[in-house]
Amino acid sequence: MEFVFLSQLLNGLLDGFYYMLIALGLSLIFSLGGIVNLAHGAFFTLGAYLAFVIAPHTGFFGALIIAPLIAALVAVIVERFLFTRFYRVDPLYSLLLTFALAMIIEQSLRWYFGATPRAFAMPDALRGQVFLGDFVYSRYRVFLIVVAVLTVGAVWYLLNRTPFGRIVRAGIQNPDILGTLGISLRPYLSTVVALAIGIAALAGVLMAPIQPVHPLMGVEVGTAAFVVVVIGGLGSFWGVVVAALLVGLVKGIMIGLGLSQFSMLAIYLLMFVILLLRPRGLFGERITRFE
Amino acid sequence: MLKNIGRRRFLQSGTAFGLAGLAAPSLVRASSDPVVIAHLTPRTGFLGPMGEYAIMGVDLAVEHINAAGGINGRPLQVIKEDSVNPQTATTKAERLAERSDVALLMGEISSASALSIAQVATRADKLFINTGANSDTLRGSDCKRNMFHVEAQNAIIVNTEGAYFLQNDMVKGKKWFILSADYAFGHDLRHGALAFLDRHGGTAVGDQLIPTDATDFSSYLLAIRAAQPDLVISNLAGTQTASFFKQYAEFGMEIPLGGFDYNTVIAWAIGARDFRGTWPCVWTHQVQTDASQAYAKAFLEKYGKPSDNQAYLDYVGLKIMADAIAAVGGTDTTALRDYMTDPATEFEILKERKGRFSPVNNQLLQEAYAVTALPESEVQNEWDIFTTSGPLPGPDQPLDILIEDAVGGACVL
Repeated sequence: MEFVFLSQLLNGLLDGFYYMLIALGLSLIFSLGGIVNLAHGAFFTLGAYLAFVIAPHTGFFGALIIAPLIAALVAVIVERFLFTRFYRVDPLYSLLLTFALAMIIEQSLRWYFGATPRAFAMPDALRGQVFLGDFVYSRYRVFLIVVAVLTVGAVWYLLNRTPFGRIVRAGIQNPDILGTLGISLRPYLSTVVALAIGIAALAGVLMAPIQPVHPLMGVEVGTAAFVVVVIGGLGSFWGVVVAALLVGLVKGIMIGLGLSQFSMLAIYLLMFVILLLRPRGLFGERITRFE
Repeated sequence: MLKNIGRRRFLQSGTAFGLAGLAAPSLVRASSDPVVIAHLTPRTGFLGPMGEYAIMGVDLAVEHINAAGGINGRPLQVIKEDSVNPQTATTKAERLAERSDVALLMGEISSASALSIAQVATRADKLFINTGANSDTLRGSDCKRNMFHVEAQNAIIVNTEGAYFLQNDMVKGKKWFILSADYAFGHDLRHGALAFLDRHGGTAVGDQLIPTDATDFSSYLLAIRAAQPDLVISNLAGTQTASFFKQYAEFGMEIPLGGFDYNTVIAWAIGARDFRGTWPCVWTHQVQTDASQAYAKAFLEKYGKPSDNQAYLDYVGLKIMADAIAAVGGTDTTALRDYMTDPATEFEILKERKGRFSPVNNQLLQEAYAVTALPESEVQNEWDIFTTSGPLPGPDQPLDILIEDAVGGACVL
């Protein structure tokens, strides 16, 4: 019994890594542009469908690189023609915009591919299990976690150890000061949106072998990503990291206790309690322009 | 269409309807107006993939019925609505039921939505023909005089699959781990599975309710591995079943897998590589009757892919109602109900035996089948990833035995 419970805790933590992958982009776009991207889950789905189309020609690993790049390209277009009009207005408008965008992406995928789920096979090289003592885990998920950790690590490095990151962080706090310094935030915004949506698409590609590919597959992860961002606190990199692991852990505990049907309820309750005690989230920063 | 024109001329001549001539204006209108049926099914959400096939079945049935001259010369028209959840289903059903031109309501996949629509239909004194919801409770304590079930009830599925488990010594003294979708259908199936297990001397070492939006099963797979059951039972629903199968293979699970919910569209989404086990099914494109093969061929020609079980149910459901309306000569609810529950009334449902509605709970009594996954090496194409058994029960057994031991309470019509 103890072993089962510990297994569930560990599994919950591992789940947290891919929540992290999806939530990170969402947090980035809001922090810098003030856009609540409700279409984030739809871009996750787009990534999975791109993999479905590309993988027969390039193999899974080719799709893992190409699909996020295509999604990032789409993101640049979306940012250039849509997001730019909403950076300095009430976030409510961007909420409506991205909701419409999510509907358009989902319905386009449904129109072209149909609502029927599509089968996407796991690459042979990643099939099988790994054994850590009595704890048995999927080799594919170990790969997934490694990709998630590397991606999150790369984003952290980009934001904290490069000139690009310094400007982005300054832009998050006060874009007007950057303007007075003669630095245009536009190319940085564009890059951040492309990066964030590319990561969402990468997560979609990673999920395709273990979930059926269908137009609504992003809805559940999109919701989980919002919960993680809200718990972690807007604008905080480490907030996303800690909240993702916390959400995974709570889910693991609930299933370990045999209360699986209440696992999502527990996560929402966690969000509720944190918002009551600390409305800005666990690590939420004070962002001047949102005050 | 030719039939329609002939009828109009026939009426205009007044030779046979001399006495009815006094009422001719309304009669002429009635005979040429379309028969309107409202169809509700979830086309989005976790049941959306089945809903998409349901619509294909409906469209094909309308095409076939109208090409054959309509219903007593009247064209058939179907209003199709997306009922993504019970709230939406209720709202849309109320709007449709209020329309005087709507003869009856049909469709659904979600048991919760089906119950809501049945309540609306009953209030409006119209029939509701359930073509996709399986819950025994809908045929038990929640049954309605105006609700008829073309879809097989859970008891039929449990008894069909249960017979396979018994034949293969997978019940008596065995340990099952049961996963059920956390809504009306899953609860109902879970009760059926537990009752079946109890009746035949097995035990449940795991019994988990799974939220319908769950897509990650790693935690459950670890729990299953720790419990070491002899058989894992999936009572999951919709697309989450496909996620479960894929992850079952991903985690290298070797424990036999079976269960009481199967949809061909989900088997196709799982793919030949990860689909496994033997499953109960109300129909597949492999059913070897002339009528089934003719339908399967027409479907393939129209849509470029085979029909699944849901498309079949909506196709047959609409054909049944077209036959019933033609037989009673109109859409009067009482006349239709009496005709359909008459023990002498049988319907062509493309199977070996004709179907008839049980007067006990309005369930269409029909043959079912067992579907067995093919080893990947034997799969020839993306559709034929399984084989289909002969009809169950055998020809010497009555169809009624399939609804024995239902767990949804007593039906008082």
